[in-house]
Amino acid sequence: MTEKKNLADGVVIEIEKAVVSYREDVALRGVSLSVSRGSFVGIVGPNGAGKTTLLTIVNGLGKIIQGRVEVLGHSLARGCPASLRARIGYVPQMQNIDPRMPVCAREVVMMGRYGHLGFFRRPSRDDWELVDALLEKVGLAHLARRPIGHLSGGEQQRVAIARALAQEPEILLLDEPTASLDRRVKEEILAQVSGFHKAGNHTTLMVTHEMDIAARLCDWLVLMKAGRILAQGKPEDVLQQEILKVLYENGDGQYYLPRQRRIANWI
Amino acid sequence: MHNAFLAGLLGGVACSLIGVLVVTMHISFIGVAISHAAFAGALLGTLLGFSPVAGASAFSLAAASIIGPVADRGEFNPDTPIGIIFSVMIGLAFLFMGLLPGPKTEALEILWGSILTVGENDLVLLGVVCALVVGAVTLFFKEIQAVIFQREVALAVGIPAHLVFYGMLFLTGLVITASLRSIGGILIFNLIVNPAAAAYQLTYSLKKMFALAGFFGVCSCWAGLGPLVPVQSPQRSNHCSGCRSGFRGMQHYFSEAESERVEV
Repeated sequence: MTEKKNLADGVVIEIEKAVVSYREDVALRGVSLSVSRGSFVGIVGPNGAGKTTLLTIVNGLGKIIQGRVEVLGHSLARGCPASLRARIGYVPQMQNIDPRMPVCAREVVMMGRYGHLGFFRRPSRDDWELVDALLEKVGLAHLARRPIGHLSGGEQQRVAIARALAQEPEILLLDEPTASLDRRVKEEILAQVSGFHKAGNHTTLMVTHEMDIAARLCDWLVLMKAGRILAQGKPEDVLQQEILKVLYENGDGQYYLPRQRRIANWI
Repeated sequence: MHNAFLAGLLGGVACSLIGVLVVTMHISFIGVAISHAAFAGALLGTLLGFSPVAGASAFSLAAASIIGPVADRGEFNPDTPIGIIFSVMIGLAFLFMGLLPGPKTEALEILWGSILTVGENDLVLLGVVCALVVGAVTLFFKEIQAVIFQREVALAVGIPAHLVFYGMLFLTGLVITASLRSIGGILIFNLIVNPAAAAYQLTYSLKKMFALAGFFGVCSCWAGLGPLVPVQSPQRSNHCSGCRSGFRGMQHYFSEAESERVEV
C-alpha cells in the first residue's frame, strides 16, 4: 500500500535504514533517503563514505542486508528485476576498456535499448535513430563507428551517458561522471548532464567529489560520511562551515575546509 | 574420410564460435580446464565400469556449470575458478589413473581424439551442438555482445546478464563434450583459441569476428585432413595403427611412470 502512496506523492526512491556490507566491511550503516520525481540529487562526501554503494542499491547491483528500498513503486526486497533495471540509467565510474573490444560507440549506445527490446527482438530503425540523435547531442556523431576502446576517457564517458539516456530512463544514476577529466571536458559533460536533466523528465542522482559542481547543478544535496548520511537538504542549507567541518574531519581533528567565502561562491 | 570432413566442419564451426566468446571475455583457459575435467570424468567412468564418454560429458558439463556461480559467489575474476577447476580435475585424473588397473586406452582417447574414426552417433551429437551454438549466437547476439562488453553494464540496462553468462559457459562445456571423440581434449584448446584470436586481430566488428573465426576453424580442420585424401583407404588403416601404436607408447609411458612411482 505504501508503494502506491509513494508514487502518488511523487516519491520515486524511498530508502529506509539500508545496511550494506561487503563481507566484513560495512559500507552503509542505516541510510534513509527519499527522492521525489524530477529532482537532481547530488551525493557528496570523502572517499569510502558509501556514495557509490548508495547509488547501486537503487538499481539492484548492490544488495542490502537490512532495511528497505523501494524504487518506482517496486520493493527491491527480492532484488531488482531486469524490467525495472531497464528503466534506470546507470553510468558507472570510468573503467578501462580493452582497446581491441569488438564493439563500436554506436553499438554501445544501442545497448541502452536492449533491456526494453527484450530477448529475440532486433533494434528497429526508430531505435537506431534515437541512438544517432543521442550521439549527436553528446557531440560524438563523427565517432559513431569508432571502436569503443579507441575513444578517449572523456569520449567514453559521453558514450556511457548516451547509453544510459538511450534507456529513456525514469531515474539516471551517475557515478563521478567527470572524474579524471580535464576542466574543459568536465564543464562540457556537466553542461550536457544538466541540459538532459532539464529537457527530460527523469530524476538524476549524481555522485561527485566536487562540492562546487554539486552546489551548482543539484537542487538537493546528500552529504555522506562513513556509511551514514551526515546532512541533506538544499545546497544553501547544508553547505555550512560547521557541517563541512564534520564532513571532512579525518579522525585526528584535522580537516580540509574551504573558506566561507568560497562556500558562498558555490551557492 | 567423408565423416572426418563433416566432423571438421561441425567441430570447427562450434569450437571457433565458442572461441570468440572465451577470447573476448579473456577466459581462454576455460578450454583446458574443461577438457581436463572431461579426462578425469572418462577415467572415473572406466574405473567404475560405465562408459568413459558418459563420465567425460558429466564432468565437463558440471565443470562448465560451476565456474560462473563460483566466480560470482566468491567475487572472483572468472579466471580464478577456472584455475581451481583445472587443478582439482588434474588431481582427480591422476588419482583415478593410479587406481585404474590395466590399460587406460579408452580414457586416453578422450585426450587425443580421433577424427578418422568418428561414427554416426558422434556426428549427430556434433551436428546438434553446432546447430545449438549457431542458433544461440544468432538469437542472443545482442545479449552476448553486451555481456562481452561489460557484464555490469549488461545487468544495468536490464539484461539478465548472469543467466546469459552462465549460458555461454555451459555452451562451452557442451561444445567441448561433443568434440572430445573427434578432436580430442588437447587439440580442442587450439581450435577454440586460435581461430578466434586470429579473427580478433582482423576486425572490430563482433559479427565479422564470428564469421571469420568460423571460417578459420573449418579451414584449419580441413587443412589438417587434406594431405590424407590422396591415400585414403590404405592410409586410414595406417593412420589407425599409427594412432594405436601412439596409444601403446603412451600406455607404456604411463605404466613406466607408475612402476617408477611404486619403486620410489
